Amino acid sequence: MYKYDSLDQTLVNERVTQYEGQLARFLNKELSEEEFRPLRLQNGLYIQRHAPMLRVAIPYGLLSSAQLTKLADIADKYDRGYGHFSTRQNIQFNWPKLEDTPKILRELATVEMHAIQTSGNCIRNITTDQFAGVTPDEIIDPRYLAEIIRQWSTFHPEFALLPRKFKIAVTGSSKDRAIVQAHDIGLEVFTDKNNEMAIKVWVGGGLGRTPILGSVIRENLSWKHMLTYCEAILRVYNLYGRRDNMYKARIKILVKALGIEKFKQLVDKEWATIKNGPNTIDSKEINRIKAFFSEPNYKTDKKDDLKKHTTNKSFTQWLLRCTHSHKKEGYRSVTLSLKSNEQAPGDATSDQMRAVASLADQYSFGEIRVSHEQNLILSDVSEDNLFELWEKAKVKKLTTPNIGLLTDIICCPGGDFCSLANAKSIPIAKSIQDIFDDMDYLHDIGDINLNISGCMNACGHHHVGHIGILGVDKDGSEWYQLTLGGNQGNFASIGKVIGPSFSEEEMPKVIKKIINTYVKNRHPDEVFIDCVSRIGLEPFKEEVYGKKEKSV
Amino acid sequence: MSSQLIKDNSIVDDDWRQIMPPEAEIEVKKQAGKVVIFKLTGEDSLTSEQIEKTTMPKEGKLLLPVKVFLHHQDNLKGRISNQEIGIWIETHEEIESFINQIEDINNLPCIAVSTKKFADGRIFSIGNLLRMKYKYKNELRAIGDVLRDQLFFLKRSGFNSFLIRKDKDAKDALLGLNDFTTPYQGAVDQTKPAWKIINRN
Ligand code: HEM
Ligand code: SF4
Repeated sequence: MYKYDSLDQTLVNERVTQYEGQLARFLNKELSEEEFRPLRLQNGLYIQRHAPMLRVAIPYGLLSSAQLTKLADIADKYDRGYGHFSTRQNIQFNWPKLEDTPKILRELATVEMHAIQTSGNCIRNITTDQFAGVTPDEIIDPRYLAEIIRQWSTFHPEFALLPRKFKIAVTGSSKDRAIVQAHDIGLEVFTDKNNEMAIKVWVGGGLGRTPILGSVIRENLSWKHMLTYCEAILRVYNLYGRRDNMYKARIKILVKALGIEKFKQLVDKEWATIKNGPNTIDSKEINRIKAFFSEPNYKTDKKDDLKKHTTNKSFTQWLLRCTHSHKKEGYRSVTLSLKSNEQAPGDATSDQMRAVASLADQYSFGEIRVSHEQNLILSDVSEDNLFELWEKAKVKKLTTPNIGLLTDIICCPGGDFCSLANAKSIPIAKSIQDIFDDMDYLHDIGDINLNISGCMNACGHHHVGHIGILGVDKDGSEWYQLTLGGNQGNFASIGKVIGPSFSEEEMPKVIKKIINTYVKNRHPDEVFIDCVSRIGLEPFKEEVYGKKEKSV
Repeated sequence: MSSQLIKDNSIVDDDWRQIMPPEAEIEVKKQAGKVVIFKLTGEDSLTSEQIEKTTMPKEGKLLLPVKVFLHHQDNLKGRISNQEIGIWIETHEEIESFINQIEDINNLPCIAVSTKKFADGRIFSIGNLLRMKYKYKNELRAIGDVLRDQLFFLKRSGFNSFLIRKDKDAKDALLGLNDFTTPYQGAVDQTKPAWKIINRN
């Protein structure tokens, strides 16, 4: 993975010093709340329900074991012994003290970590595929491109105060696991017919209040121009994006208002003046960064003793759901589920973090990935170590064999923590996990994504869940609206609301009815989302709301 | 009172005077019985009446609203060649709306960009465009809600002078120019990215 040189380290250290000063001036009343706000946000600090919330960047979801151990230490020392992994591959601490935040950042800097641009109206953490570099369907490893974008976007002076936040995702596989179409800029890297690395550029996607999937603005951009082209897009957005209404300020609104053709014209005009300019990348720089992501020392000699465990049903279930094919023969990628019904989705205790760090050291070259589904991944595990790893991870409750299943719920912090929430989301996730605790039944239901957000800001990605649950406020009480048919990946789509919303108590039963309808109607081997596409919403509505009276 | 102006890394006296147009008369319309004030995006440009009514002192160095400058530029030739006339614009004014009507922007010793709110990042793109695309070489000044914690970005976007908001300490703000030693990306002050300047292997 990427390692800091003195330039990276100096920048991060200087940032801590800068922030320390800003906080001191705020506490001294030299800075008003309004003046301090964007400064603290661009350092990941929110003021929340109970305490400040600190969001720490995990660039493109990649962590070393030393970094994860440091996060565990911070959770113990400054928080309540746990952290929350977010859908944008970051980690959040819910209970730090304001005065402690510079100390936390100082400690993070010792392991090459920071909270730079994890919030606020700027270019946020770059996200990518959690299986980058190891998945067999990969065309180009997106990690080194993500690192190049990370450096370019860090403290980019022109884009330091955009109309609104700006999210960039990169994918390099035929199957998109980074949801590039739901990002302000989505970069899909491929090899073109001249065998050159090229980029398909999407722009104007985003979830939130007005979910919109991105439009293609350029089919084939040469990698050299990746940064200058992004600069042109961002400049047009910076100058013309709305600043009068925060709910209409995302780039998606501008692209929609102008139309993609007109927007593209403006971008191309700007680009003409900076194309081939100083921020153009060359192969020397690409190779320098690429070298950080070279293959680990995979061993070639191994005895396959997986077969002797095939009678262990729990293990085989886990093998099926929680391990993924690898480009190297004899290796698998392992997802450690943070979705048992004993913890909020995406939460990990410091004890679990340390355990995962140690598993990474023993079995996966000391690296860990965070997925946008809020699980942790050991990307390079030799098959003959799987059983041992499973036994150790099981003790730490990290082996719920539910990856990709109904209870692998994506869930925002919701009303328990977030001051913007309309409704709680964690208890809903738990009540669903509780009634669907029969693993055999879950496996029978098969692949399905259930996503929950506590309000229309959509942190829990409910729009792109096959089943989406959204907390809504009705006369001051908490209700839940259900959407069906959302999807992520290459066939991304936005779910449709099925009808009036439900109370918290009704929710698990409603999900049960949805699943029953699917089970009743499915063809053999038909997954949930395909069944919804085929039969439409009507049968689900009938089951949930009862048959409508035929109108006369 | 000491000066609020930082120029080329030190606090200096300000010999420019910013000329303000008179207040616009806000159009009040009745809508469904309610009196509402009509503003589209909250960013009106000067009306021709405001332009006409702007008064200009006969001497001294003046920063004129760009629209006022365009209106009077033919009568100001002498003062322009005396280096007495600069312009100021607001962050919502498009450079393209005036740039072609000015013979040579490098005849203006100072261009100021006024930001109503420090969080309005358009000022950075405007600085970049004036320097890089339109090759402006003289003093580029940030005025309005200009605060310490944005100075580093303003500097990198091509500004070399900063009129710090009245209630803030300019000496303190000066420190903000040096928050970071070597940034990653090329911008205006240093056009090359770090990896093209130093050996990072
Ligand atoms: C607890 C404090 C949090 C606050 C105050 C917060 C605030 C917001 C707001 C206001 C938006 C909507 C922005 C917009 O549409 O322009 C948003 C969107 C989002 N947030 Fe959060 N959030 C919080 C936590 C989280 C967490 C824990 C996650 C990950 C699990 C997350 C991930 C996201 C994502 C993925 C979006 C949607 C991005 C898009 O619209 O493209 N946020 N958040
Ligand atoms: S979706 Fe709403 S409730 Fe949930 S974290 Fe985001 S802002 Fe808070």
